[in-house]
Amino acid sequence: MVVSLLLRQARRILLTVLLGGLLGATLVRLGPGFGVDERELDSRLNADSQQAIRAERARDNNIAAFYFRYITGLVHGDFGFSRSLNRPVSELLAERLPLTLVSLGYGVLGGVSAGLALALLTVWWRAPGADLVPALLSGLCLAAPAAVIALVFLWVGAPSRWAIALVVFPHVYRYAKNQLVATSQSPHVVAAQAKGLSGWRVLWAHVFAPAAPQLAALAGISVSLAFGASIPIEVICDTPGVGQLAWRAALDRDLPLLVTITVLVALMTLVVNGLADLALATWNSTTRSAA
Amino acid sequence: MTGKQKFAMVILGVAVVASLGAAYISRSSYSEQFREAISAPPSARFWLGTDELGRDRFARLLYGTRVSLLLAPAAALLSTVIAGLIGGAAGYLGGRWERIVTAGVDLFLSLPWLFLLLAVRALLPLNTSPVMSVMITFLLLGCLGWAAPARIIRAGTRTQVNSDYLVQAAASGVSRWRLFWRHLLPNLRPILLAQFWISVPVFILSEANLGLLGLGVSEPLPSWGALLRELENYSAVLRNPWMLAPAVLLVIVVSCLQLLLRTEESAPC
Repeated sequence: MVVSLLLRQARRILLTVLLGGLLGATLVRLGPGFGVDERELDSRLNADSQQAIRAERARDNNIAAFYFRYITGLVHGDFGFSRSLNRPVSELLAERLPLTLVSLGYGVLGGVSAGLALALLTVWWRAPGADLVPALLSGLCLAAPAAVIALVFLWVGAPSRWAIALVVFPHVYRYAKNQLVATSQSPHVVAAQAKGLSGWRVLWAHVFAPAAPQLAALAGISVSLAFGASIPIEVICDTPGVGQLAWRAALDRDLPLLVTITVLVALMTLVVNGLADLALATWNSTTRSAA
Repeated sequence: MTGKQKFAMVILGVAVVASLGAAYISRSSYSEQFREAISAPPSARFWLGTDELGRDRFARLLYGTRVSLLLAPAAALLSTVIAGLIGGAAGYLGGRWERIVTAGVDLFLSLPWLFLLLAVRALLPLNTSPVMSVMITFLLLGCLGWAAPARIIRAGTRTQVNSDYLVQAAASGVSRWRLFWRHLLPNLRPILLAQFWISVPVFILSEANLGLLGLGVSEPLPSWGALLRELENYSAVLRNPWMLAPAVLLVIVVSCLQLLLRTEESAPC
């Protein structure tokens, strides 16, 4: 089962690269500035040199050939050249990706931990109005655009990575709370409570453990959310990461750079989703064989 | 409907009516510049003061609310129609078509929303007239936001297709088109409505993010996103806290929509 899931994930990732590459190549091909080379304006170049430049560019007129070269380049780690920053895309990514990944790591971990902890606390502490503060906080974070959350962090001088956590937190909290409440009302939990097991033991072993596989699925969603939030947050907080790079590429209409970033981010999201699915499948098969 | 939801409905109603009656409530237009009152504080004439170009902030807030509150539902309608056609057809036809649509939806959903918006927005002209920028922004939201609703509509259609009444209608010789339009579509209405309402706050927030990044509605036309750009000037916000009015209104309206959504989500489908 795990092997078939692995194969399915690999097929999905391959399909994404191919379709994402096609979409990317088409966008680059249709985008403004394609087929224009400013070297042609260089008066020092003679007619032969200008002809050679035109011939080089003419190769890209065939969209199928262009797509093939684009995909082959991606596979070989050649992500193209940024026209606006006049540097290879791979160099730009190598500079900025680590910073974004660290921010994302902190943000996702912080958001997921806070969401899960508050959801557990809400389910455990059943007093009326116990979920008032977390519900208000999650509602507020859900209703504020990531850019506004980033502005608040900028004003108070807090690290921007925690702004990502605030974007992730409400989604995790609401989903986890619903899952945990549903599990806490199931017959086996009522039976465990009737037998006199302690509140924490019931919560941990009989409510959280059965709901854990469903909660693991949140990892993939959280990464996707965090990547999306990284653009406004990095722009507002002036963090030199991939989100800010994507924004600059959009403003400069540097499509090769923007499309490559988008395809890479999609790939990373798919890999994390695949890992979450794999963890879920392994958990299920282990539980089944134990039973 | 609970008391909280009734309250949310009233607030939303007030916001919509105020934005529609902007011309009557505010004495100035959103683009009129009062050179004698540049960066003026709130007064009886300018309830929220004026910006650095001398424009009435209250008038801009009302007109901006109109742009965001009317066009987000329009974009949501477009995305729900696209999702209904794609997801509904996939669920109804099944087989290869369903597999292709599911793969397409997975691909779309694996692309983080803002990255996708940015990539496609960059393809379109950036220096356009304000009205054109509004159209581009919300058409983009509508055309790219179909994937998540399509997945749910496909699943809902699949459930309906296997239900007894449709099997019986098909066995009675009702044509496929008639089955789809007369029997299936009316029963999908609750799902379509729920997806529409779920999309509205998502699109309002997306427009706000795009606007703050300078890729949304262009000046001088106001929208919530464009109005939020003023907040980047931290020292000015500290001196003039009323500049926070668009952010506060945005959070209140989206919170109200989410409160109402709880009814939509719990509605039987």
